[in-house]
Amino acid sequence: MSTNTHDFSSQLPIPGDYAEPVLVPARTDVKRTGKNPLTSVLPAHTFAPQASKVGLKDICLSYKTQTGERLLALDHINLQVKPGEFVCIVGPSGCGKSTLLHLIAGLHQQTSGQVLVDGRPVQGTGTDRILIFQEHGLFPWLKVGENVEFGMKMKGVSKAEREEKTAYYLRLVHLGKFKDSYIHQLSGGMRQRVAIARALATEPDVLLMDEPFAALDAQTRDLLHDELERIWSETGRTIIFVTHNVREAIRLGDRVVLLTFRPGRVKSEFPVDLPRPRVLEDVDVARAAREILDELREEINRSLEAEYNVGTKPRVEVGA
Amino acid sequence: MKRAARFFIFYAGLFGLWTLLAELKIWPPYLFPPPWSVGQALYEGFKDHTYWIAIYVSMQRVLIGYLISVVLGMVLGLGVASNKFLEETMGGLLVSLQSLPSICWWPLALLWFGLNQNAILFVVIMGSLLSVTLAMEDGRKQMPKIFGMAGRNLGASGFKLFWYVLLPASLPFIVSGLKQGWAFAWRSLITAEMLYLSLGLGQVLMMGRDLNDMSAVLAVMILIIAIGYVVDGLVFKSMERRLQHKWGLTSAS
Repeated sequence: MSTNTHDFSSQLPIPGDYAEPVLVPARTDVKRTGKNPLTSVLPAHTFAPQASKVGLKDICLSYKTQTGERLLALDHINLQVKPGEFVCIVGPSGCGKSTLLHLIAGLHQQTSGQVLVDGRPVQGTGTDRILIFQEHGLFPWLKVGENVEFGMKMKGVSKAEREEKTAYYLRLVHLGKFKDSYIHQLSGGMRQRVAIARALATEPDVLLMDEPFAALDAQTRDLLHDELERIWSETGRTIIFVTHNVREAIRLGDRVVLLTFRPGRVKSEFPVDLPRPRVLEDVDVARAAREILDELREEINRSLEAEYNVGTKPRVEVGA
Repeated sequence: MKRAARFFIFYAGLFGLWTLLAELKIWPPYLFPPPWSVGQALYEGFKDHTYWIAIYVSMQRVLIGYLISVVLGMVLGLGVASNKFLEETMGGLLVSLQSLPSICWWPLALLWFGLNQNAILFVVIMGSLLSVTLAMEDGRKQMPKIFGMAGRNLGASGFKLFWYVLLPASLPFIVSGLKQGWAFAWRSLITAEMLYLSLGLGQVLMMGRDLNDMSAVLAVMILIIAIGYVVDGLVFKSMERRLQHKWGLTSAS
């Protein structure tokens, strides 16, 4: 994997003991989009480089199947996510990658191990971690604006502040004019943007995204990649993004984590040092994807064997 | 336009047939009165305030009884839907209880509450409670799970989760049950009112029978049907329309 080397010491007031080479290159590249998030994001990285925002410690999850046997879904998952980092998790379907997000969100309880946020174990749901679902999960009985302010309303934020923030976050996802629409009146891409605005409006530190763009057409997805990257760089959130699409993972992530098929384990991690913004069709993206795909393909074949009881390994071409 | 025309033709035909049969005098007029004598009965009933009072009393009872059974039914239905033990035990009991006509609770209600308003309310509640409970249970199960997860994720829990998420999310699935519950409540009320001097529509209906006044009997029957129709149209139809508008459901008539 190619690494771009940058010399930051000349540009930024980094303390001498700072030693965090991986994260910052990705951040400076964001500068190319014309926006500079560094001022808001840097302190967290600079002064506490070792502290991880989200830590998964030996996470195991097993559950009873209908036939009564216990199935191990997640097997000793260990993962550290730094503040402001964009981590993508890929794996074959059935590897438990969505379940992992649910555990971090506190919607389910792991069998053993710990989910740590800022070093503290997670107890149930909390608005510091907001999950964005594949099927958006917006409330169809509420208007777009009411959806966005829902989390704030639950928190007891005053009406004036809610309105102000709702307007701000709707503008952030370019949906300022759709405050009074109902969800069914929006296109798939717009719905997903509302879901992002709704998640951001509770001002979470961590955004958990569960294949949020999987059901969208290619053009819409490309647009949302750009927007998500922009929002990420403007807000400095930590993002854990689950996808089955390796190119998407490389397009977006600072790091790609590959999970094995059942039981889900961390198979390998790939830092992505390509300059941003990246383009899905770029040769560099394709080359990086190739490397991950080779490993992923083994897992997909294993999943096919398990699911269709195929004796011989079928050849699988993984389209990005 | 066309719909209105069909509507008009149907009812004009019905009216004509009724008039014809009455005019042929196959049955004596005191058993089969012509439409205008029923109209006359309606006019007089309203003029001497009998019907106004009866409608007022009956509506008051059915509203109180129905509201109680909606609240109770939602709590019960939600409990049965979310608790495996309750589902296995009470679920079957609820279904079997539904085969019991609500008026079968009348003797029990009389012994418990005496011959009064509370006995009638009890019968009304028992009449509609099961429909609402079963509808809520079903609605809670049919409701996409993602709404509950999203709600919890956004910081809703306990009563807030129920009020702001689970209830509105299940509304499209329970609205027909709520409607059925209303119909059962209305029916149970009229039945119960017929059994004692209650001032309500049921009693006025029985009074017609006691006075051998077929026109009055038919007039009150028409009133009971009309009120049921109006409530259905004003409350439930508009509720369904609003749900369809919000959720973007295709209008199913």
